[in-house]
Amino acid sequence: MSVGDYIRDSQIWKSIFRHPAPVDRRNRVVVMLTNFFLHLHPVSVKQQGIALSYTWCMGGITFFLFLVETVTGVLLMFYYRPTLEWAYNDILALRDVTTLGIMREIHRWAAHAMVITVWLHMYRVFLTGSYKPPREFNWVVGVLLLVLTLLLSFTGYLLPWDQLAIWAITVGSNMARATPFLGHEGPGAQILNIGGFDLITNATDARFLLLGGRFVGETTLNRFYILHCVAIPLVVAGLIAIHFWRVRKDGGISQPL
Amino acid sequence: MSHHPDLTTSVIKALGWLYLILFAMNAAWTFRSYSRKADVRITGVWGIITALLGMFAIAHITGGSDPERFLIRMPEFVKSFIDLGADPVTYFCGSTLVFIAMIVLRKWWTQPTVAWIMLNLSILFLALSMTDYDFRQIVGKPDNVPIVSMLFIVGFFTWLFFRRAVDNDERIAAGKPLYEVDNGGQEKVLVWPDLVYTELICMVVLSAVLIAWGVALQAPLEEPAAASRTPNPSKAPWYFLGLQEMLVYYDPWMAGVVLPTVILGGLMALPYIDFNKKGNGYFTFNERKFAICTFMFGFLPLWISLIILGTFLRGPNWNFFGIYEPWDAHKLQVLNNVNLSEYFWLDWMTTLRIFEPGLPIAPAGADFGTQVWAIVTREGFGILLVVGYLFALPPVMATTIFRGMFMRMGFLRYMVFSNLVLFMACLPIKMVLRWAFNLKYIVAIPEWFFNI
Repeated sequence: MSVGDYIRDSQIWKSIFRHPAPVDRRNRVVVMLTNFFLHLHPVSVKQQGIALSYTWCMGGITFFLFLVETVTGVLLMFYYRPTLEWAYNDILALRDVTTLGIMREIHRWAAHAMVITVWLHMYRVFLTGSYKPPREFNWVVGVLLLVLTLLLSFTGYLLPWDQLAIWAITVGSNMARATPFLGHEGPGAQILNIGGFDLITNATDARFLLLGGRFVGETTLNRFYILHCVAIPLVVAGLIAIHFWRVRKDGGISQPL
Repeated sequence: MSHHPDLTTSVIKALGWLYLILFAMNAAWTFRSYSRKADVRITGVWGIITALLGMFAIAHITGGSDPERFLIRMPEFVKSFIDLGADPVTYFCGSTLVFIAMIVLRKWWTQPTVAWIMLNLSILFLALSMTDYDFRQIVGKPDNVPIVSMLFIVGFFTWLFFRRAVDNDERIAAGKPLYEVDNGGQEKVLVWPDLVYTELICMVVLSAVLIAWGVALQAPLEEPAAASRTPNPSKAPWYFLGLQEMLVYYDPWMAGVVLPTVILGGLMALPYIDFNKKGNGYFTFNERKFAICTFMFGFLPLWISLIILGTFLRGPNWNFFGIYEPWDAHKLQVLNNVNLSEYFWLDWMTTLRIFEPGLPIAPAGADFGTQVWAIVTREGFGILLVVGYLFALPPVMATTIFRGMFMRMGFLRYMVFSNLVLFMACLPIKMVLRWAFNLKYIVAIPEWFFNI
């Protein structure tokens, strides 16, 4: 009896994997039904649903990149402190002295890549008409995921706290002060006053809410850190679950009728 | 003017590797041509091209010791010619023309050989451009590397789409089964192993790519944040540069808030306004021409190409720079843009004399109502145009160009659809008005932050 057989015959192994190795048809079906990670998939699919020239694999790659971002992001959180005193120095140390500082590189490049793969995924879904009935709602969920991906990237952009970061966020968040009615330089904001007292000022408008101040400062760093590491990822994870579930419920990968 | 050297030994070495990749690609292509028993002359031509690229590679890898005298570089006259045409008008009109040509000539350029030649030429162009110092400064930034690769990837997938769509459209016309049906695509296979293994391989390859990318390129880290030192240019993150480019033509409340909201709302509304049942689950162009052209126009010339423009061609003061032009903060661009109300009250009324020429201004200390009336009359013509654009055009279009669509869509769907189309068109319209008439605002009410 080989070591491999001994392990596979042990009570521990059998308690984890409740059936023999997926080498025959029956067990290849069973593995899909009993394994938590695999049960996202159906047991069998039409060939077209897994043809790369049809799916472009972009949705799957996006999900994988999201997992990469989660793992590298958690590792970076052990190291990085989102304060004016430490943020920049921690990133500097990640670059110069920290073991596995390459996590920051992987995190940044995967983030850029994820934005592109989300776009390409949408491009493919559009070009194959896959948003058409019965998949309309899942397209809407996908658009929300697109927005959240961009917001994840945008909030993460600030965290290194270098010139590139604060000015990119300053330029981006300056738009919020022009929000109609809700920004202090937006059309209609002047109407919102009571007895000559302006309700919308640079300390009460949409931009202030986003930044936690009148300019990009420490409160902004804190706000963006929490949005980036906790709030948005939680919502994204939930929406991804819905997105995947609906792919299955709406009939799998689209195909000709 | 003191100038950095265009070529250095390390740049030449690096380009040598790029040419080596090109050499390998074309060697494979020659072999493909040979094994498919193509015309001997064609295989011969590819063989010669491959040999030439091989020599290029060797010349770069071995001959970089004296960069000043290195001969293979982008000729100066090509550079100055390209920089000559570097302005937003040429760029946007050019990308729109390329977009139209791409659709009209889809049967031609989706042939593998044509696409291969285009790929070769674009890589060659990139390699030769890399011999220019200023080009390298912009394109070689680590943060911009994904944007350059995005260009090639989007190009590839657009090609793949058109290739499949052209094939399917011919099949549909001939009454033959679709590509997706014909090649065993509807046969069922087990997810284990067919899909699970694909996913595993994909994950391994991607991990390797990310690690290699992380080792090769360091994530950018500039000087510590300083609220008092504004960099010039200050740019938003790269994926928002299309929106930042819109700021040239619209005020922040439009470019930064209203238009992005309309884009997202429009994307979400898309499945509910597209009533065409065809083209679900397979690639086709002919069966959904309007939908595909509209979406692609939004994605390619209005989104991707504006990101390219914002990233690579906008320099200090958001001025436009050619790809080989140094980013000179003192470059002067004359801006004398005129509001529509000024055209109306100062130019046209002087000639037409319908009203007394001169901008209507409320007298100092006038009550609120008088002030509002002065502003509304001042901008009256522009307000009429905008109101007409948004409210009169949809019914007009419903009885003319979109007649058939209106009948099939119903009132509500049609109104959503026509407004989305109008909002999408408002960017190119404003661009053309700006370029042709130096028009600044159609409605200019800075008093209320309301400029269109």
